[in-house]
Amino acid sequence: MSDPTGDALLRVEGLRTWFPIRAGLMQRTVGYVRAVDDVGFEIPKGRTMALVGESGCGKTTVGRSILRLIDPQAGRIWFDGVDLLSLGRRELHRYRSEIQIVFQDPMASLDPRMRVRDAIAEGMHSFGIGASESERTERVAAILERVQLDPSQMSRYPHEFSGGQRQRLCIARALAVEPRLIICDEATSALDVSIQAQILNLLRDLQDEFGLTYLFITHDLRVVRYLADRVAVMYVGQIVEEGATEQLFETPSHPYTQGLLAAIPSVDPENRGIAAMVRGDVPSPSNPPSGCRFHPRCPVAFERCRQEEPPTFFRDGQRSRCFLATSDPPPAKPGADSGASARAG
Amino acid sequence: MSGAVLRMGDVVTSFPGPEGRIPVVDGVSLAVEAGEVLALVGESGCGKSMTALSAMRLVPKPGRVDTGTIELAGRDVLGLSVSEMRRVRGGDAAMIFQEPMTSLNPVQMVGSQVVEAIRLHERISAAEARRRTIELFDRVRVPDPEERFETFPHQLSGGLKQRVMIAMAVAMRPRLLIADEPSTALDVTIQAQILELLRELQRELGTAILLITHDLGVVNELADRVAVMYAGRLVEEGERSQVLGSPRHPYTQGLLQSMPSRARHRERLHEIRGVVPRPHDWPEGCRFSTRCERVIERCRTQVPGITEVSPTQRVCCHVVADEVAR
Repeated sequence: MSDPTGDALLRVEGLRTWFPIRAGLMQRTVGYVRAVDDVGFEIPKGRTMALVGESGCGKTTVGRSILRLIDPQAGRIWFDGVDLLSLGRRELHRYRSEIQIVFQDPMASLDPRMRVRDAIAEGMHSFGIGASESERTERVAAILERVQLDPSQMSRYPHEFSGGQRQRLCIARALAVEPRLIICDEATSALDVSIQAQILNLLRDLQDEFGLTYLFITHDLRVVRYLADRVAVMYVGQIVEEGATEQLFETPSHPYTQGLLAAIPSVDPENRGIAAMVRGDVPSPSNPPSGCRFHPRCPVAFERCRQEEPPTFFRDGQRSRCFLATSDPPPAKPGADSGASARAG
Repeated sequence: MSGAVLRMGDVVTSFPGPEGRIPVVDGVSLAVEAGEVLALVGESGCGKSMTALSAMRLVPKPGRVDTGTIELAGRDVLGLSVSEMRRVRGGDAAMIFQEPMTSLNPVQMVGSQVVEAIRLHERISAAEARRRTIELFDRVRVPDPEERFETFPHQLSGGLKQRVMIAMAVAMRPRLLIADEPSTALDVTIQAQILELLRELQRELGTAILLITHDLGVVNELADRVAVMYAGRLVEEGERSQVLGSPRHPYTQGLLQSMPSRARHRERLHEIRGVVPRPHDWPEGCRFSTRCERVIERCRTQVPGITEVSPTQRVCCHVVADEVAR
């Protein structure tokens, strides 16, 4: 099978990752946590897609499913024309170097007993990059320099670095295996503002230099607006809205997106006044609400929202899963929208 | 009800280090006036939480307040006995934290925890305290307050736990509420709800709030005045519109400029070079001198004094002092 699209490096179709809930002596499956429930999107080469949403919306599970750290139940994950979900372990190995991930907490992803040099060279060795140990050491030095760390510190341990420096180490380790896609899972969320700016600048520069593609998983909408080309907003396992960043921030169509944007506090003293439009709490993905999953918290929900699941409407390259949204008039070309296959499966 | 509810003068709070005690709060003076919201902002490790804990005499051992004066609701905090201090906490002054579970007992129903807190300060019957608790839950918009009275903390969402904490904190109508990162761990829609609630309570009850946060957006939403901390010291203080709109200290300026929301799409962000120094590495003179773009020789040797750039805005910076003197 081949990938139907042209310039997308990653194309996710109808992704479903459910976790079984087991109970009783026989550990029978009594239900499912629908962490990711029919999710689709694509990222063109060299671009940044942001996956945003609140805790438990499934954004992290999407990232882990792409890496196959978790095996999804259904869907397709096309990476450069190959469906990663159809690959066996051996074939998958090659792609593990092409897709790397950087997590929120660098200390949790760096082995505290491993020297920086070895932590970065480990992946190179595994993927056959560099002919000898000394060549790999040279490469480690070059990469450290590239992420603005001092190569002479490569025999130190992770705890000898500050939080921001450790995140640079994680980025260096990801870069070492020459990836094409980097998944940043809340990679800047735990950092102080002054350090966050340094890391965002670094990620931006690396993208320009190496033509990297980013999937940015975050709850921080300020970072999203700054960095992402496109944004997908997730709510209880589904993408409820997706579109080009500026367009989505300027004209959000889904009431959940509108609520999220209204809740971001500004730092402009002339512009005070967030609105708590979205009431109540996020529902559990093990028992999502009937109809539209957002209806219990939606300020504009009506009867139909409680009963029917809204379809996805496409308009001006933006898609929205809300009955109040509308689609472009009929002569719109099928597949003209980048997320056209989101409802597949 | 006029005058400051909290006044701290030259407070030094220290922890033992390998070579003597290390002051993590180093000569902080501030005042929270009745009914106002003062935000104390800074990055991790700057000493903002320790300043708040010092005010409540809650600095964890082996830390301690070494010198300075702390006056809370007209009483000298450092001179009170343990039992007197216990009556101040939860009475005239209350505190809420980022993680409500640090203050809630996991094996006791939330309702009876609030009842207990009330009866610690007031001699009323259990039934009366229960009625008050349910009223409070209703006031902080805990849905189905009667039902929630009988739940355990782990059965509540993060937002609801924070509401219960706030209910407990405002039960005795304190004159000062210290809120340490009250919305940081919450999702943005829940954060908006909690900030809205805090603002309402502050207006209705006239409670002054000392808001500890690293988030300048939260500061903008809630604060009347702002104090900026760096490496154990205050570097700038002023009205919200002054500090966020026309900051004078290079650190405050740098912080605001490095916010992604201030930049255009993919425009290079302003960086404050280097890393936040740890307490044992704090430089001589101005502590920001190692990262400051406008550093002059004097900054490395002399601690800058306070410069009033307006009757309500004060800055500790040699460069600003020179500008004002000119």
